[in-house]
Amino acid sequence: MSSVHALAGVGAEGATSVVGATGAFNATWLLLALPLAGAAVLLLGGRRTDRTGHLIGTLAAAASFVFGLVLFFTLHGRSSSGREVSSNLFTWLPVNGLKVNVGLLFDPLSSVFVLLITGVGTLIHIYSIGYMAHDPGRRRFFAYMNLFLASMLLLVLANDFLVTFVGWEMVGLSSYLLIKFWEYKPAAATAANKAFYVNRVGDVGFLIAIMLMFATVGTTSFTGVFNAVAQHAIGYGTLTAIALTLLLGAASKSGQFPLQTWLPDAMEGPTPISALIHAATMVTAGVYLIARSNPIFTGSQAARTVVLIVAAITILLGCVIGCAYDDIKKVLAYSTVSQIGYMFLAVGLGPAGYALGILHLLAHGFFKAGLFLGAGSVIHGMDDEQDARRFGGLWRFMPVTWVTFGLGYLAIIGFPGLSGFFTKDKIIEAAFDKGGTSGWILGCVALLGAGLTAFYMSRIFLLTFHGERRWSDSGPDAKHPHESPTVMTAPMIVLAFGSVFAGGLLVLGGSLQHWLTPSIGRSAEVGAHTINPAVLTVLTLVVAAGGFAGAYLRYQLRPVAAVAPADSEVSPVTVAARHDLFLNAFNEAVLMRPGQYLTRFLVWSEAVGIDGVVRGIAAGVGGLSGRMRRAQTGFVRTYALSMLTGSVLLVGALLLVKAS
Amino acid sequence: MSTVPWLTILLIVPTVGSLVVGLLPRARAELAKRLALTVAVAELVLAVLMAVSFHDSRPGFQFSQHYNWIKAFGISYSVGVDGIALALILLSVVLVPVVVLSSWHEADEADRNVPVFFALILSLETFMIGTFAATDVFLFYVFFEAMLIPVYFLIGSYGPTGEQAQRSYTAVKFLIYNLVGGLVMLAAVIGLYVVSAQNLRHGTFDFAQLRQLNITPGVQKLLFAGFFLAFAIKAPLWPFHTWLPDAGAQSPTGGAVLLVGVLDKVGTFGLIRYCIPLFPKATTWFAPLVLAMAVVGIFYGALLAIGQRDMKRLVAYTSLAHFGFIALGTFALTSQAGTGAVLYMINHGLSTGLLFIVVGFMVSRRESRDISAYGGMAKVTPVLAGVFLIAGLSSLSLPGLNSFPSEFLVLVGTFTRYRALAIVATAGIVLAAIYILYLYQRTMTGPLAEGIRAGVGDLSVREKVVVAPVVALIIALGIYPKPMIDMIRPAVTSTFADIGHSDPAPTSPAAAPQGVHK
Amino acid sequence: MNPSNYLVLAAILFSIGAVGVLVRRNAIVVFMCVELMLNAANLTLVTFSRIQGTLDGQVIAFFVMVVAAAEVVVGLAIILTIFRTRRSASVDDVNLLKY
Repeated sequence: MSSVHALAGVGAEGATSVVGATGAFNATWLLLALPLAGAAVLLLGGRRTDRTGHLIGTLAAAASFVFGLVLFFTLHGRSSSGREVSSNLFTWLPVNGLKVNVGLLFDPLSSVFVLLITGVGTLIHIYSIGYMAHDPGRRRFFAYMNLFLASMLLLVLANDFLVTFVGWEMVGLSSYLLIKFWEYKPAAATAANKAFYVNRVGDVGFLIAIMLMFATVGTTSFTGVFNAVAQHAIGYGTLTAIALTLLLGAASKSGQFPLQTWLPDAMEGPTPISALIHAATMVTAGVYLIARSNPIFTGSQAARTVVLIVAAITILLGCVIGCAYDDIKKVLAYSTVSQIGYMFLAVGLGPAGYALGILHLLAHGFFKAGLFLGAGSVIHGMDDEQDARRFGGLWRFMPVTWVTFGLGYLAIIGFPGLSGFFTKDKIIEAAFDKGGTSGWILGCVALLGAGLTAFYMSRIFLLTFHGERRWSDSGPDAKHPHESPTVMTAPMIVLAFGSVFAGGLLVLGGSLQHWLTPSIGRSAEVGAHTINPAVLTVLTLVVAAGGFAGAYLRYQLRPVAAVAPADSEVSPVTVAARHDLFLNAFNEAVLMRPGQYLTRFLVWSEAVGIDGVVRGIAAGVGGLSGRMRRAQTGFVRTYALSMLTGSVLLVGALLLVKAS
Repeated sequence: MSTVPWLTILLIVPTVGSLVVGLLPRARAELAKRLALTVAVAELVLAVLMAVSFHDSRPGFQFSQHYNWIKAFGISYSVGVDGIALALILLSVVLVPVVVLSSWHEADEADRNVPVFFALILSLETFMIGTFAATDVFLFYVFFEAMLIPVYFLIGSYGPTGEQAQRSYTAVKFLIYNLVGGLVMLAAVIGLYVVSAQNLRHGTFDFAQLRQLNITPGVQKLLFAGFFLAFAIKAPLWPFHTWLPDAGAQSPTGGAVLLVGVLDKVGTFGLIRYCIPLFPKATTWFAPLVLAMAVVGIFYGALLAIGQRDMKRLVAYTSLAHFGFIALGTFALTSQAGTGAVLYMINHGLSTGLLFIVVGFMVSRRESRDISAYGGMAKVTPVLAGVFLIAGLSSLSLPGLNSFPSEFLVLVGTFTRYRALAIVATAGIVLAAIYILYLYQRTMTGPLAEGIRAGVGDLSVREKVVVAPVVALIIALGIYPKPMIDMIRPAVTSTFADIGHSDPAPTSPAAAPQGVHK
Repeated sequence: MNPSNYLVLAAILFSIGAVGVLVRRNAIVVFMCVELMLNAANLTLVTFSRIQGTLDGQVIAFFVMVVAAAEVVVGLAIILTIFRTRRSASVDDVNLLKY
């Protein structure tokens, strides 16, 4: 199936080299073939697989995870110069100068993604067995989840930008299918379409970047493009253009400003999907793309500045809106938006931050997936209620959920010792260390974001699990909160462990940074810190504590209304945040409405314009012939006269021609 | 070279089949259907056998045959195929059995003649294969115009029941519109003959000889315009398209599949087979105009598709956008874009064909083409919805499905020569997502629309058999398009190379990676 | 004698015939005027034949006569039939075949 190739060096330093696949790596394709086969079996098997569908799906995901572990440790056993293993599967598009091969690149960067995707993926598959137990479409759900796993693995394993793009679109499709999983709900169908449309905008950027690469260097493979960058074969302008168009793609997939609007809407999908696709894996694909294309972004200061601006805006935007929503899933969604903003901030810093971005991405994968699964457990136990104002005091009823959600919550706000503490603080530190005014601005934004994160996460945590009950167990709207079954709580517990320890383990001795070096280059050593790290850590903790205190004072010590106060009773900032800072309204007013008018106008103008001309010509010819047939009077002598006139004219014309 | 006269056999089989089926008495409807299906499948088998013995690497025509027809005017029965023509013939022979099977009950109304319906489809197959296989311009013209006849009757006699006036309006509009283009082309064909008579001392319609002519630029422009108008109407390109939505809506489902899936490809095929190699100077001169028309078409078609209320018209307008992509790729004059354009013709035939078939299934269940009459279908007919989604995703060029390789090749090939145009055209893919998914949302999701019985059946076994091969091809060609590309590429490359257009080289190729991927 | 005189004569005869066809209503008269025009043409042909010194023109004149005779047969038959049904020989009364 795969042929072995020795490829020229790829990494940022050019010191490492890509080697051909041998041994277990020859079967790298199995990683994605397993879930793909699972999806195919479940989709084609029809109702026959209804009974076993969830097991087949989970098994496929687990098998992929186990194989991923095998490959990871095999790779780990190699010397650091041989850790980029490439295998070409087949030639996809061979047209003269253009040659695109479908090939897989298993290197340190893709290996951590493979483990994250299949690992978290398997846990969420297991969780879904319980969560979707009573859904008639459970088999289809698992089929789509498997399809997603295969697509996402293709995205992170491809060794060519175009093949990455295929995976990129396939995850978009899976996301679309899963958001509208309950498609009889109009809101779900609309949200799915919105997600697809917004992602298509990003796809335009990604495609243009790929075309630019081909037009400039004649190839779209990672090796070819990065080599050209390393040789300075690509001009600064072109490099910046490629980076910015890639950023457009990355921003749409990762819900970054100004293409973030689809992500909160995507919460219409089942909660496991929100955890897997819209928190842990797919939405971080943008960060992967930038980290993967690190030679390009390292080469363009201008593009990185844009990344930083986008990141800073997104961090604040996500936090501010997150403070205003009462819907537990929406809050988590905006939290995802802002956390990915942190990752963009890190990778936007260039060599100093690529590893930090991936680090935060992995930690975030654990605690955000855990938070979403916890939220799903709460929603499950509260009969599909999502409004946190109608929760309260649930810790008694759902102790496991309370603890696991709590650990995830502590991780995200950066409680000392937990994941977020290690990963987010590093990013804040790196932002300050960038130096200059921009460094201070970015650092302060990141710090402010940390405070706001602590506030809104504490708010949602307290509203849900503490305080007084704002629900009743009698009456028409009765709720009977209960702990979820073991099949759901077990994955939550595993993820909670991840939330607690992942950050520390990954940072320990710079282990992840060291591991990633072949893929993304060595992190630039920062000479002098702008602020002493210890001082900064304390400062961050103080800010976060401030956020917690604010939430505690407002939502724990004071009673909370079960119904959100009307817009007229709250501050303008809250009103704006409740309406997504009017960004949706902006899109609607500037893009959607004019588009609708344009469409209507064109439909109208087609009828009277182009087709009008066609019909006009037809009517004209018809009318003219109607006139002209009047010449057929029926009188023989009229005809004779016209014949004579015609002959005379003809003869006269002939004579005239001859005479001249 | 093979001694089996493959192309002549391919032309004779459906002709004989059509005559036999057509002469059956009306009462023998069932026999007519079975016979038509047998003929169509036999034709498919024959064509596949022919394709197997086709040599990819050889440029020029294969399976050529040459017999004098009207010697005094240099007219001959000459047939032969290159990779482009073979690919399109394969598309035709794949779609015809699918259409026959999907139209099984299409003509079952009491006042309709079933045998004639299937005879018309088979005769259309002959004419389609003839246009692709002809290597004599006159013979091409004869087939080109003959195609109009069966379609005219398919629309006029077998269109939707109860829309008699609309149907005959559409049939006449289709006929006259295409005839006008055809007659202008006839003038250009004769003009070409006259030029050949002056150049070679004996007039000829033989394509190979006409290619060698040295025509003055002024005459080239005139003749190009004549051919181009006919092909632009047939394809159709913006702004010669208004017959298409009408014809798409008023054809029976099978007719619409063949009309948009294959017949319109004759237009785009003509552009790359006749316009470009015969008139190279005029091609360069007209290229900006055609490219502009193509890009306008992409957006115009997409926006109008979004605004439609009639499902079949919507699908027809999406085709207008796709033809924009095909014309863009053809006239970018790079081998990537050209190969992509031809591949696009095949893929568009499959995806739009499938879309029309699925819409036909929906109409047969609800008796309405109105989008607002549908809603929530996915719940009662999940398989139908799934197939619809696959067809739609193929139409919006989702990577992994067939259309993406072709669309990417068109875009990237255009990009190497006309960056701005390619970027603008790329933005069109956003609109493609909107028109397909918005249609899906309105028909398949949400609560079940009134008027759809809860017990409305999902796809029957026959319907599943109809869509299965097309779905399989859509997926297979998306994952592994190489065989098709290998078939098409040499012909396209030599077409552009012969007129002196080579691909722009990368502006700054890196030194190392060359040869790495060989 | 100058042969062109014959041509002038033929022209005059032709014009008389043509005017006759245009102004007269009686079908028989119209018919005779047509004959006059045909014979004017014959005269021209014969004259040219004489001028050229070849026989071509005379041969064609015979052809014209034969055709004219055949035409008279058919034409008179039509006129007779029309007269029988309509009791009129006026060409203006026969105008049903129109738009």
